[in-house]
Amino acid sequence: MLTLPNEQRDTMVATCIRALPEEGCGLLLGVSSGPDAVVSEIVPSVNIAHSAKLYEIDSRVLLKVFRRADAEGLEVLGVFHSHTHSEAYPSPTDIGQAPDPAWHYLLVSLRDVPTVLNSYKIVAGEVSQEVLVSC
Amino acid sequence: MAATLRVPTVLRPAMGGASVVTVEGATIGDVLGQLTVKYPAIKGQLLNDDGTLHRFLNVYINDDDVRYLGGVDAPVVSEDEITLLPAVAGGAA
Repeated sequence: MLTLPNEQRDTMVATCIRALPEEGCGLLLGVSSGPDAVVSEIVPSVNIAHSAKLYEIDSRVLLKVFRRADAEGLEVLGVFHSHTHSEAYPSPTDIGQAPDPAWHYLLVSLRDVPTVLNSYKIVAGEVSQEVLVSC
Repeated sequence: MAATLRVPTVLRPAMGGASVVTVEGATIGDVLGQLTVKYPAIKGQLLNDDGTLHRFLNVYINDDDVRYLGGVDAPVVSEDEITLLPAVAGGAA
């Protein structure tokens, strides 16, 4: 289960809308307890792939976020990105490149109104949707 | 040249659980090559067969991405802090 406060949700969706026509992306900071986690901060990144069909987090943002997490007792919980014209479900690219089985993968689909958000775990190529809670 | 290397969580099971290890080598290529010899389970996750950096690995010396320092030829000096992080990428394609 992933808990995403409304403020963080709004930051994430705004990041994705601002990135149009490219995919938007960023990292999730927070705390976890077993399989459950609570997002306390969204850290947007430039999409260095500059593509409507691909994303890549800026390596400098990645290093800063991991260092901040270490310094502040937080965890890098996972990543979010948008699909501009397809559903909020991991693509074969997302699945093949998922970097960490412990992470939460938040997908934002801007195809429809209202925006659709889904969260997934991706372990050894297997995708499972998890409960996404607002608060 | 002894430097420290921070191990990403995803590689720790294959490296005895360590989060930080001491490494030796004059260049990043030397360091990663020696790690692969010491921990065969990570072979193929750091370097490609031709000795270049794996596409989905970010390697930093102190604050800098080694892709901007010469890649595998980036020099390592004593007391450098090397950080490995998985590249984070994907997309609808």
